[in-house]
Amino acid sequence: MENLNLGVNMAGLSFKNPIIAASGTFGFGLGYEDYLDLNILGGISVKGLTLEARKGNPPPRIAETPSGILNSVGLENPGIEYFLDRTALPLRQFDTVIIANINGNTSDEYCHMAEKLQDAPIDMVELNLSCPNVKEGGIAFGTDPKTVYSITKAVKRHTSQPLIVKLTPNVTDISQIALAAQQGGADVISLVNTFLGMAIDARTRRPILNNITGGLSGPAIKPLALRMVWQVSQLVEIPIIGMGGIMTGEDVVEFLLAGATAVSVGTANLVSPTAMIDILDGLKNYMTANKITNVNELIGGLITEGGNKL
Amino acid sequence: MSRYNAKIIENYQLAEDFYKMTIDAKKIAQWAYPGQFIHIKIPGDNSLLLRRPISINGIDVKTGQLDIVYQVVGKGTKALSKLKKGIGLDILGPLGKGFHIPEGTKKLYILGGGCGVAPMRFVGQRWRHLDIYSFLGFRSQSTVFQLNDFECFSRKVFLSTDDGTMGYKGSIVSLLNERLSIEKTDLLLACGPIPMIKALQKVVSEHDIPCQISLEERMGCGVGGCVVCSCVIGNRKQWDYKKVCTDGPVFWSQEVILDGES
Ligand SMILES: Cc1cc2nc3c(=O)[nH]c(=O)nc-3n(C[C@H](O)[C@H](O)[C@H](O)COP(=O)(O)OP(=O)(O)OC[C@H]3O[C@@H](n4cnc5c(N)ncnc54)[C@H](O)[C@@H]3O)c2cc1C
Ligand SMILES: Cc1cc2nc3c(=O)[nH]c(=O)nc-3n(C[C@H](O)[C@H](O)[C@H](O)COP(=O)(O)O)c2cc1C
Ligand code: FES
Repeated sequence: MENLNLGVNMAGLSFKNPIIAASGTFGFGLGYEDYLDLNILGGISVKGLTLEARKGNPPPRIAETPSGILNSVGLENPGIEYFLDRTALPLRQFDTVIIANINGNTSDEYCHMAEKLQDAPIDMVELNLSCPNVKEGGIAFGTDPKTVYSITKAVKRHTSQPLIVKLTPNVTDISQIALAAQQGGADVISLVNTFLGMAIDARTRRPILNNITGGLSGPAIKPLALRMVWQVSQLVEIPIIGMGGIMTGEDVVEFLLAGATAVSVGTANLVSPTAMIDILDGLKNYMTANKITNVNELIGGLITEGGNKL
Repeated sequence: MSRYNAKIIENYQLAEDFYKMTIDAKKIAQWAYPGQFIHIKIPGDNSLLLRRPISINGIDVKTGQLDIVYQVVGKGTKALSKLKKGIGLDILGPLGKGFHIPEGTKKLYILGGGCGVAPMRFVGQRWRHLDIYSFLGFRSQSTVFQLNDFECFSRKVFLSTDDGTMGYKGSIVSLLNERLSIEKTDLLLACGPIPMIKALQKVVSEHDIPCQISLEERMGCGVGGCVVCSCVIGNRKQWDYKKVCTDGPVFWSQEVILDGES
């Protein structure tokens, strides 16, 4: 197992392995040291940031559904200034790629935040054009290819940090959105954010989430996410970070085969703070068992000719 | 706080809908504090993704055993009630900030309603050297549990049931109210359903009694990372969402705002 090469490259950055903590499911990473060594991670995408602090939506903010969860956090965060003053530096001491996930109500807000991050001790900026739980911005931007193109392009002018554009799956044709992000100058695409959904308590006849609707994540969405990663990978040239329901090392392998260069783990962190250790071990075990020494061999390695019969 | 595989030592029905489970969890038992909880992965059914938060009901430091008492209300707790001894449970703990006894506290009132009685047993066991008066509210005689344990560490136990099948008929908060008119306390610690907590907040503010309450909210991670477990803390002019899992579950009564809750 010692000779495994797990490193991947995206946007000129090297990741020690393809596993990245998904935004919003792992806080700012700090505080998890009791459970896992942050240095083992390929990267950490921090909790979604906004220009000003945001309180988020009223509770309940989470509902369990079969093999999935719905959340309606609504981007609660202390604001980008707080992140820059208090969090960015302590995080920098860890040897992992740090990604700032940003969320705006307007194109100007995204640009303004990107500017603030220009000289911050982070490695990448992730443009979240996909939050389903806020009234303005977020998903409203991410469902229109023209807007995705124009915001990506505008932000690119305000920062030289490598740029990830995160896509919402709540669209008819995700490939078009991905192409728009690529044309706008995105260095990497990440997908998927959560699927809009809802849960109702038949006993009380009320919605479980205070916000009524929320975003669905977890194993329930994995087949949908895999399909989207695969579709997008057929069309775009830039690397993809795939996510949606990854709970095991084999799930990682599936996303890489579908065309992702790296993956994010979200819901699994809510199930166990140590989940990413197990997932990384699972990936290593798969590689050893299948005599794969370099993880890059798996990327886009889906075998389709001859159907599924061996 | 850490993740453990804890073996089930026993798991049996205590009262109607209520079960008690004892697990072997030395590290947790060593560090646990009354008011803290453990976060349990339900074994055997992967479609139940999230852990279930359950308060610590008591510990035995010598044997490293830990008790929980849980009410069967849904799929997860139903599955828990079926588990046999010897099975390993995947748990996180001890989590959260528990109750806190300010220096100089001599007389302690503790109040629990329904499954909120469970964490108060640990309070009584840990601080049995104080003058403890227990106030326990149940739905009916058939749901009363661990009364003997409370009698062991309490000067006096006040008990009420909604239907009057045992003790006083009505709300335990009314009994507390009567008692406070006769005799005050240095501190009150409480856990129970939202309507009970709301009534309690009114009573303790009228009598000007320092009071800590343990809150419940739907949780994800349980360790502060996902901010889904929010409660409203502050006053009406200035408030913030705090995390029940790491800022709580125990808060001072006067700073908890339950307007939207039912
Ligand atoms: C800090 C804390 C301590 C608790 N201590 C105890 C205890 O000692 N004894 C006890 O009987 N119960 C306790 N509860 C409540 C207990 O967590 C729920 O009753 C339990 O999660 C219900 O799970 P279920 O699968 O049976 O119900 P379902 O309704 O099927 O659960 C569906 C989802 O909702 C969540 N959920 C449902 N009701 C609650 C609730 N009241 N609070 C939080 N999440 C909920 C579940 O965790 C699950 O994610 C505590 C809750 C918290 C937050
Ligand atoms: C509680 C919660 C909060 C989230 N917050 C954010 C966020 O702030 N920004 C973001 O880009 N995605 C956010 N997401 C989406 C995840 O990063 C991820 O895209 C999604 O959950 C799918 O992956 P999963 O199935 O592994 O969870 C959040 C998801 C959850 C469950
Ligand atoms: S449950 Fe995740 S922050 Fe409280």
